[in-house]
Amino acid sequence: MSVVTTPNGFNLDTSGQRVVVDPVTRIEGHMRCEVNIDENNVIRNAVSTGTMWRGLEVILKGRDPRDAWAFVQRICGVCTGTHALTSVRAVEDALNINIPENANSIRNIMQLSLQVHDHLVHFYHLHALDWVNPVNALKADPKATSALQQKISPKNPRSSPGYFRDVQARIRKFIESGQLGPFKNGYWSNPAYKLPPEADLMAVTHYLEALDFQKDIMTVRTIFGGKDTHPNWLVGGVPCAINMDGVMAAGAPINMERLNLVKSVTDKTIDFIEQVYIPDLLAIASFYKDWMYGGGLASKNLLSYGDIPDRANDYSAENLLMPRGAIINGKLDEVHPVDLRNPDEVQEFVPHSWYAYPDEAKGLHPWDGVTEPNYKLGPNFKGTKTNIQELDEGAKYSWIKAPRWRGHAMEVGPLARYVIGYAQGNKEYVEQVDYVLKALDVPLEAMFSTLGRTAARGLEAKWAAHKQKYFLDKLIANIKAGDTATANSESFDPSTWPAEVKGVGFTEAPRGALGHWIRIKDTRIDNYQCVVPTTWNGSPRDSQGNIGAYEASLLDTKVERPEEPVEILRTLHSFDPCLACSTHVMSEDGEELAEVKVR
Amino acid sequence: MHETFYDVMRRQGITRRSFLKYCSLAAAALGLGPSFVPKIAHAMETKPRIPVLWLHGLECTCCSESFLRSAHPLAKDVILSMISLDYDDTIMAAAGHQAEAIIEETIEKYDGNYILAVEGNAPLNEDGMYCIIGGKPFVEQLRHAASHAKAIVSWGSCASWGCVQAARPNPTRATPTHMVPGIADKPIIKVPGCPPISEVMTAVITYMLTFEKMPELDRQGRPKMFYSQRIHDKCYRRPHFDAGQFVESFDDEGARKGYCLYKVGCKGPTTYNACSTVRWNGGLSFPIQAGHPCIGCSEDGFWDKGSFYERQTNVKGFGIEASADRIGATSAAIVGGAAAVHAAASVVKHMTSKGNQE
Repeated sequence: MSVVTTPNGFNLDTSGQRVVVDPVTRIEGHMRCEVNIDENNVIRNAVSTGTMWRGLEVILKGRDPRDAWAFVQRICGVCTGTHALTSVRAVEDALNINIPENANSIRNIMQLSLQVHDHLVHFYHLHALDWVNPVNALKADPKATSALQQKISPKNPRSSPGYFRDVQARIRKFIESGQLGPFKNGYWSNPAYKLPPEADLMAVTHYLEALDFQKDIMTVRTIFGGKDTHPNWLVGGVPCAINMDGVMAAGAPINMERLNLVKSVTDKTIDFIEQVYIPDLLAIASFYKDWMYGGGLASKNLLSYGDIPDRANDYSAENLLMPRGAIINGKLDEVHPVDLRNPDEVQEFVPHSWYAYPDEAKGLHPWDGVTEPNYKLGPNFKGTKTNIQELDEGAKYSWIKAPRWRGHAMEVGPLARYVIGYAQGNKEYVEQVDYVLKALDVPLEAMFSTLGRTAARGLEAKWAAHKQKYFLDKLIANIKAGDTATANSESFDPSTWPAEVKGVGFTEAPRGALGHWIRIKDTRIDNYQCVVPTTWNGSPRDSQGNIGAYEASLLDTKVERPEEPVEILRTLHSFDPCLACSTHVMSEDGEELAEVKVR
Repeated sequence: MHETFYDVMRRQGITRRSFLKYCSLAAAALGLGPSFVPKIAHAMETKPRIPVLWLHGLECTCCSESFLRSAHPLAKDVILSMISLDYDDTIMAAAGHQAEAIIEETIEKYDGNYILAVEGNAPLNEDGMYCIIGGKPFVEQLRHAASHAKAIVSWGSCASWGCVQAARPNPTRATPTHMVPGIADKPIIKVPGCPPISEVMTAVITYMLTFEKMPELDRQGRPKMFYSQRIHDKCYRRPHFDAGQFVESFDDEGARKGYCLYKVGCKGPTTYNACSTVRWNGGLSFPIQAGHPCIGCSEDGFWDKGSFYERQTNVKGFGIEASADRIGATSAAIVGGAAAVHAAASVVKHMTSKGNQE
């Protein structure tokens, strides 16, 4: 029985030693991972489990659709705002509301600044410690670090030996204090860490610099949304009215001073990405070129809904600056169109998820979704209900559902967007991808890997920072042309709404394709469904036995020391898991659920 | 061998003079007189970093994200020089059993002497298995860590009140820290908000480190220094409220002039927080300044008080107490359609805020 081949072409062998990582840290939310390794420490089976569930969609039932953005924004405070944007788009779609051009530009600026922020924080603060060893940085000669820095990023002014010496002294004192804080119990003697000390020192320095700088990126959203984390949004546009030279402009949300601040931050953001993030990414990757694990589904099935509408209210693929499409079985010459309204395309399955369907062999389109939690453990499960030792992946084993596109397990995220954009011949994407391949001297196939995912994220941060500038310029040009509108309030009053409508909203969240499906009945939410990036990537097996992107990506990876699973973390982190997003899922049968659950 | 805050500043080339200047700024920021400066300086010079275990239950990580956005002090300096953030699954290098071992090590080494920071809350339904850490219910980890802590900080509205996952019908029975059955009897500081303001979070921490004591709390357990006034009390748009100048719909003339957002649903009059004084992201702005009504995210049960865009009718009296009547009369006369506001306010006063809207 030992080897099983899944319909999507992966061999699973459960005969070897089982290794458990729980909690998987440096992610958003809670996640568990179990793998089987063979006698050579190579992963032969992988099981990824979402270990939290919050039930937000049942909470939404019966609420005012205009409020939904605030609820769903709280699905995730890391990709803060992307759910809110998806929500207002879903409500606007349902109610046929057009937003002003300025609102589209401002929303895009907010969404793009999130992309930049999220990617930067992911790279330095969630992912870097998989590649960078802060303890090894103590061995560095600051002069060598300075030389390295000047070589890879000549424009970066913070590159003197003295600067790196100061940082190194600070790290040394920190580590020698014996209070290691976030670095405690890391795998610092593991041979999987390959950077020379001078590169480690450079990267740790930028870990700290990026921690300082990331907060500035989000000030853009504080200008337009009033606060960050969790800025404010509005069905029909944006809440920040514009007043450039009228009476009381100083107290208006948007005036010249506010726009200048956005411009200043945008320019600094571009500088930081180009002078620090991208050079670091390439430098670190160059030491790990041999570590080409982690491709999984990336070379097979990729999905993107697209985002960043150039002109307001046109959500066709042609008007979206981030690409839309699906690639199946690695056929890059054939990018399929994607229709979120088609009941045969996006469907969710639950035979291996802790939910119950009337017929679990079938998937359901989100507009018709059914969700009822059903925490059950399979016959081969080890442990007790409240003390899990080993999950049984033959049965239900995750709080994440299994979404499929036309029956296929798909990978979503920056890499999916970049490969789809590349396949479509999107000039900006092709240029960027070719640049990184040339810089590292690797073929296109190298993108289908853990590092490829990490590289695509960096490229996208750069792209997004420049697009942020593009939309700021566009906003200013439009104001200059005399249009200062920011909100369309015509249909804001619920008494103007039809009795029953449905809509769908989508974005490309930092982690990938995000869709919200809403049904509104008598001015209240009748059903609200979210299918989110980590639901795609972190999905458990489906009714056919197809494995999801996380599970596929871990296979065939060699683990140096099974008790120090840095390789598993590397690959899982390359997706930037967001578990609160993936496991909130809940649908229309809320009342029944409440009966079952309230004790 | 413990590194103190002063050590770090000195090592970074900061002179003693600058250090003392920092201390006096810190004193001023906390509203203290010059006599406190030497006290702050002494604390900064001598203290080892206090261990902090930062646990995550059902949440969205917005509190951590907010904390990282602190402008003064920088999150970097808090983490490297003020506290020892020994467990925080969002940023810690260790994973799996090495991560879980840290909790035990900290308990062993610093029993009764670490701060437990809680982000999110514990679901009690399904035997707690709606939130699993290391194969076990989060609520077990929470109770365990709480029983050995010196004090508990409940970050944000999740840990303080329950927040979004506890909104009706609260399918997982998400429960705020202080209401978890069997939670140890330790001092709990609630720092509500969704999320709390970055600089409020770091100020609460630095206050405790500097003065070696809990901040003074109100009856609900919130630090008085940041939660004793309503947003409305210090709102820069307050004069427009008093003058009866309101935004009637988004992007109207009033919206462009920065008029009061009360009529489009602002919850500033019933929300206790520092948004209109400290403001957000280094004092840059706050929701009302950016044109959106306050949604009251630091209040208990704010999700279940009706639509965010419905005008409030359960306002318990506006403004600073002495002038509440006068302001009430003025507003009632001018608001017109909302003339009943203050009459209603006195009637509604004793009703619970939950469940009187829908």
